Amino acid sequence: MVEFLQFTLGGISFGMIYAAIALSLVLIWRGTRLLNFAQGGMAMFTTFIAIEVIYKTGSYWAGFVVALAAGIVLGAVTELAVIRPTLGKPELNSVIVTIGLLVLFEGLAGIFYGGQFRSFPAAVSVTGLHAGSTYLGVSRFDVFVAAAVLVTTLLLAVGFRYTSAGLRMRAAAFNATVARLSGIRVARVITVGWALAGLLGALAGVLVSPSTFLYPNSMDSVFVFGFTAAVIGGLDSPVGAVIGGLLLGVVLNIAGGYLGANVTALVALGILVVVLMVRPAGIFAGAQVRRV
Amino acid sequence: MTMRSQPKIIGAALIAAAIVVILSIRLNTFRDYQIAEIAVDVTAVAGLTVLTGLSGQISLGNGAFMAIGAYTTALLMLHLSWPFFAVLVVAAVVTAATGGIVGVAAARLHGPYLAGATLMLGVALPSIAYVYPGTFGGDQGLNVVYTTPSFLGANFPLYRWQAWICSAVALVTLVLLANLGRSRVGRNWRAVRDDEVAAALAGVNVARARVLAFVVSATCAGMAGALLAIITGLVAPGAFTITLSIALLTAAVIGGLGTLPGAVWGSLVIVLVPTYATDVATSHGLSTSVASNIPIAAYGVVLILVMLIFPQGIQGGVHWILGLFGISAVRNSHLAPESDALSLPGGDPRERSRMEGLPVPPYPPGPPESHKKEGTQ
Repeated sequence: MVEFLQFTLGGISFGMIYAAIALSLVLIWRGTRLLNFAQGGMAMFTTFIAIEVIYKTGSYWAGFVVALAAGIVLGAVTELAVIRPTLGKPELNSVIVTIGLLVLFEGLAGIFYGGQFRSFPAAVSVTGLHAGSTYLGVSRFDVFVAAAVLVTTLLLAVGFRYTSAGLRMRAAAFNATVARLSGIRVARVITVGWALAGLLGALAGVLVSPSTFLYPNSMDSVFVFGFTAAVIGGLDSPVGAVIGGLLLGVVLNIAGGYLGANVTALVALGILVVVLMVRPAGIFAGAQVRRV
Repeated sequence: MTMRSQPKIIGAALIAAAIVVILSIRLNTFRDYQIAEIAVDVTAVAGLTVLTGLSGQISLGNGAFMAIGAYTTALLMLHLSWPFFAVLVVAAVVTAATGGIVGVAAARLHGPYLAGATLMLGVALPSIAYVYPGTFGGDQGLNVVYTTPSFLGANFPLYRWQAWICSAVALVTLVLLANLGRSRVGRNWRAVRDDEVAAALAGVNVARARVLAFVVSATCAGMAGALLAIITGLVAPGAFTITLSIALLTAAVIGGLGTLPGAVWGSLVIVLVPTYATDVATSHGLSTSVASNIPIAAYGVVLILVMLIFPQGIQGGVHWILGLFGISAVRNSHLAPESDALSLPGGDPRERSRMEGLPVPPYPPGPPESHKKEGTQ
């Protein structure tokens, strides 16, 4: 029972990281109808920038802030430079462009920073927390990870719900043509969506790297699970992304804890198959309207 | 799919076979290995381009089918010492059955949901090798011992023979797929891809068409996996990462989605560009960490540039260049291979033509008499 509790709590911090990646994919999907395969690669690159800043300045928080800022810039620049020219062309083309970007970022990281594994500092202590004498399966840093993603998500939710910029973004995602007719600059809104997605990805990169080490491919599996979380939740639903991420993180941690790390991918496939059998467009899919 | 006639398809395959034989004799061992590698990729990519380009279903997990084909090959050759061609048939049958199961599970999924499910399949399936290390050899994998047949004599180079076998399988696959694409099966796939509801109203069994496409695609990938097992001599989970599955889709789209010549162009790109870039980088005396990563970065740039410059892939670019010289492969624009590439999953070919200022093909696309036949089945 104690073990189960430890695995469950331990899964929450991973789940929140998957949720951050899933949320970034949902932001881009709602604006551009595109799966961004470079999301993990961009996060890896901004985390490398963070570690350079941390080495230079000796301050963790300087690196943290620079990573988030770099994520915003990288997201916006990517959209403007290579994604926008592919829109209106066959839809798989833009997917291949993001795959090309992923490969490019991984190559550039290898050229600039080398291929070896680097350790990345945690913001706060990684020693385990106890309730009385019982180990809870989480550290202070795990709590920080969950809180950081939660706060960012809530800020975004409030922004979408209560600000005029958020209203414009929701309108553009709901119906781009009508939004454009209402005077919303949809192209600019899409760039902002990419920038916010870059921010979330950068946050996930900084938060996950203390447990995975940092190397050019270090975000690959995080991306795959984040993508899976977004599909489970439904790609149009930000709430679904967070719930999907938490569900995946907790279930995978429990399965990995009892059955060994080798089964996690198989368990994730099992969850995905079961969810998609029942809900072919994710748990939080809206009403299905198929064009006739 | 191109409406080329039967003799033209066979002729093209024979010319390609002759080119492979001449190249394999004139080039060195390493190039022979590359020819085999390209042929393996052509086999897998051709199956994927049919699945995604013709039936409109994306797959990011065809590497998993390659893994099944490769492990089937390794197990049969290791424990039963079967001859390779018998093994190839069994590998094809096993992956066809798996493809059927996956196809049934995937039949209700579309777009990113299908992409996500197949991506997870590609990640999860090879990890079975770690879960049952006794059978599948775990991380180390299984060794495959394959030698040249005795009738060629003892001195015949193994790599040349492998290049021949792989190319033969690839070419037979291409011919069969070209015929399948021209047949009723291929027309059903295109009908389902362009409009599922209209296809169902016209009497096409949508579910059966979609599942059959998965079976065909998985069979091709399984044969490619069997070939990969004999040319690398080792079957290990590290060879079937998600990178492989993504490379297959990349090759299909870069070459020109839904076109079989495109499968060849795409395979050439994913095999030759990284090797060429490595040669250039190492010959300039760069440090190892830089030299080993420049090809990766260059490969990424090539993917982005090809997609920005040739939206219809390399095959689209080839047609455009031929058009500049006044050479047109097919006279009627709506029957031309390009019309296929234009009508990608979810896109109405007429809509796209209007957007690009091209002549609007009549609707329904394709010869009316064939369409009537579809309706009566």
